[in-house]
Amino acid sequence: MAQTRYPKTPREEQPEASADSAETTARGPFSRRQFLRGSAAAGAASAGLLSGILDDAAAQGEPGVAGPGAVDMAFKINGKAHVATLEPRVTLLDALRNHLDLTGAKKVCDRGTCGACTVLMNGDPVYACSVLAIEAQGADVTTVEGLGSPANMHPIQQAFVDHDAQQCGFCTPGFIVASAALLNRHPNPDQDTVHRELGGNLCRCGTYAGVRAAVAQAAGGGTTNG
Amino acid sequence: MAEYTWPAAGDRLHIGKHISRLDGPVKATGRAKYAYDVNRRGMLWAVMVQSPHAHARITAIDTSAAEAMDGVVKVQVIQDVGTEIQWAHDEIVAVAATSEEVARDGAAAVKIEYEVLPHFVNERAVDEAPDAQPAQAETTGDPAAAMASAPTKSSGTYHVAQIAHCSLESHGQVAEWQDEETVTLWASTQAISGVASQLGERIGIPASNVHVETQYMGGGFGSKFSVDRWGVVCAELAKETGRPVKLMLDRDQEVTVAGARPSTHAEVSTAADADGNVVAWDSKSWGSGGPAGANSPPLPYVFAFDDQTHMHTSVPTNTGPARAWRAPRHPQACLVTMRALEDLAHAAGMDPLDFFLKNIDKTGERSGTYTEELEKGAELMGWRDRWRPRGSGTGTVRSGLGLALHTWGGRGHRSNCEVLAYRDGLVEARIGSQDLGTGTRTIIALVLAETFGLGLEQVKVTMGRSVLPASGASGGSTTVGGVSGSTRRAALNAVDAVFERIAPRLGTEMANLELKGGQLHFKDGSMAAMPWRQAATLIGVNPVSATGANPGPGQLNDSGVGGIQMADVSVDMETGVVSINRMVAVQDCGLILDMKLAESQVYGSLIMGVTYALTEERVFDPHTGQMLNADMEFYKLAGIEDVGEMIVHMMTGPGYDERGVIGLGEPPVIAPGAAIANAATNATGVPINEMPMTPERVLAAINGGMA
Repeated sequence: MAQTRYPKTPREEQPEASADSAETTARGPFSRRQFLRGSAAAGAASAGLLSGILDDAAAQGEPGVAGPGAVDMAFKINGKAHVATLEPRVTLLDALRNHLDLTGAKKVCDRGTCGACTVLMNGDPVYACSVLAIEAQGADVTTVEGLGSPANMHPIQQAFVDHDAQQCGFCTPGFIVASAALLNRHPNPDQDTVHRELGGNLCRCGTYAGVRAAVAQAAGGGTTNG
Repeated sequence: MAEYTWPAAGDRLHIGKHISRLDGPVKATGRAKYAYDVNRRGMLWAVMVQSPHAHARITAIDTSAAEAMDGVVKVQVIQDVGTEIQWAHDEIVAVAATSEEVARDGAAAVKIEYEVLPHFVNERAVDEAPDAQPAQAETTGDPAAAMASAPTKSSGTYHVAQIAHCSLESHGQVAEWQDEETVTLWASTQAISGVASQLGERIGIPASNVHVETQYMGGGFGSKFSVDRWGVVCAELAKETGRPVKLMLDRDQEVTVAGARPSTHAEVSTAADADGNVVAWDSKSWGSGGPAGANSPPLPYVFAFDDQTHMHTSVPTNTGPARAWRAPRHPQACLVTMRALEDLAHAAGMDPLDFFLKNIDKTGERSGTYTEELEKGAELMGWRDRWRPRGSGTGTVRSGLGLALHTWGGRGHRSNCEVLAYRDGLVEARIGSQDLGTGTRTIIALVLAETFGLGLEQVKVTMGRSVLPASGASGGSTTVGGVSGSTRRAALNAVDAVFERIAPRLGTEMANLELKGGQLHFKDGSMAAMPWRQAATLIGVNPVSATGANPGPGQLNDSGVGGIQMADVSVDMETGVVSINRMVAVQDCGLILDMKLAESQVYGSLIMGVTYALTEERVFDPHTGQMLNADMEFYKLAGIEDVGEMIVHMMTGPGYDERGVIGLGEPPVIAPGAAIANAATNATGVPINEMPMTPERVLAAINGGMA
């Protein structure tokens, strides 16, 4: 399952963040930054779940304040260095797609549900729509473009082609990145593991039979149906 | 001259084989550029402001704050003061800005005031509908008399909820003007040729000056035939700002305004004689797909009875309007009919497989196909050994079997193709069609290569641009028949044209030449066969060109298919959760060009069917008129763990192949819901009459049934 990362919210911002949290319950426009900050603070206030993370943040000292205007950011994506000047609220997905023209990761739900934007951060699958670009600095980011090219496909990409695990293809990049991560963690997964690890990706055309077969091929055998 | 036929079974090079889609590597590596992926130099992003009310009149619009914002380049009012809005999320203002973030800020700064008007969104309560439109009953024979005298009767009320298309690539486009009179639109569309004409008319330039380009398309399912208001707005914003503009719908817009499948609710009474022959059918249906209500579902479905009557009431609602959803009206009609007939089989004390076979002659000309398919499906499902009468199960989790039949037309649409043969040996098809992910590009290449006797790597397909020879919209399962017909005829004509040009240079007659296995053969043996690459050099610098159209001479495609599906499900009697164990689909579609792509269509349809059977529903709040689940968290699509095992069997060979190519996009998506509902009914022992079969509804049915 793809994971999202918790924002690191300093304690000092909690009162303000609580106000944001109330705002998110009303219909109407809100920024992702406010939403993430608000929900994190609400969680911390109600259950104390984030206290560890907040303590860690505090232990690292007062974080620098960035924004609200655009700031320079540096990324390592598919092994290459990229720089961009972006507002701190820009998501990793929008940074990739709108600013770096890496459009393999797709914007579909933009709310951390469908998995079409899945990329790897330091080898772990994340929903790029739910990570701020500013958080991805310093991380090793791999997108579907970085796994292979049409002339030199990654084994999982080849398997998706061989088993026709794609129709319109819009969910495919996310599925392929998630499948690559799955195989890194479980080189020979059983079907339950495949289903669990790819449960965070949704397809509309209905390619799951092909995906099962493709993962089995890339894993070097095993049985699937379809 | 050419004979316009498909090659016989023994002579096929590519047709019918498992061939991987040719654009698979480009898609799987993230290189395929969809409309959403097009980034142009200096491009603006546009975001639309939508109505929060389901029914309202606009009384004031203030765009000044948005216009004053740094980075906002243009604010355009789409629907002005005084306009009556008929559904929530209808678009009112568009804001174009230098970044997506600023465009959103600008949209948030637009102030719109409304006079809120009364709305109606829940058509299930037809008695409360302000504007229900009943139609005349359509009656054959005397169903009342047939019903009265029949020994076996059944009745029930069945419900199919309104669902969304929820294409993963939302609707939208990038527009860029080349000069004052010429615009390029990279659009997510099922109809490049149609969109060019529509946009030209709407903005007052010749259709030939609108260049629509769609190489890859992230799902449409019937919702993307129109240029739409946002397409026009995008082109206008691009013209007025002098910059390219990208305008794609957000997810909430996509599921609220960009496509819905109408609901169907139906009260059905049926009757059978002592032998299990259906003798009477009486149905009253109603439903809605938005402000235009909903057309009548074809009831009874697949079957026609001597004594039957059907009446439909269209119910307008203040919800985002319906669009064609794969096999329009058929999945709803299938659920209603197959559930009602399963109930009648139960009343008659019969296995539904026997009951459907007993009545199969009432399906008309496809009855032989259905019989073969039911026998094949029964074998694959193990039906004869495993079926038990309704409600025989015990314990918490109970399994059951169900089946359903479907039908569709699928004749090839109008299509034009130009084939060019070059002296370097490349053969190219140019065709103004689009590949929605069904494999159209691959089918065109395959037919071209087949006709020239070449490998797939020796041909090229140029498509997805409206300036190419016009081809129909991709809808209604009409594309595969259309493009394969036009390509086959063009390719056959091109082979003749090549022979005509090179025969004199070889000192022989056209009729003496034949292309086979990548080589040019001399039928009289006067010369040794030569490789195509060598023969092609004789074409000269000007390529050979030939065209072909569909429809055209020779029967290359046909209309009318039948298919059957069976479901094996488990139902948890304590939670109401329905789980899919196995789905079996047996399908005919005439001559199959690419078996791998055909099977993909059927697998995909089964999965799409599972998802609308179990989870998909546009839920509207009667008080606010808002869709409550306008996202992907609560507008649920099935995941990989939800769809069970799937078995697909395609009917091929004598009796099928000679009909030519028939479309497959719609047929297999029609029956899964009905088969699953019948299986859930068989498992639980109580009628499961509503789609989606959510745990809440199934549990209510179980508790009601036990009360």
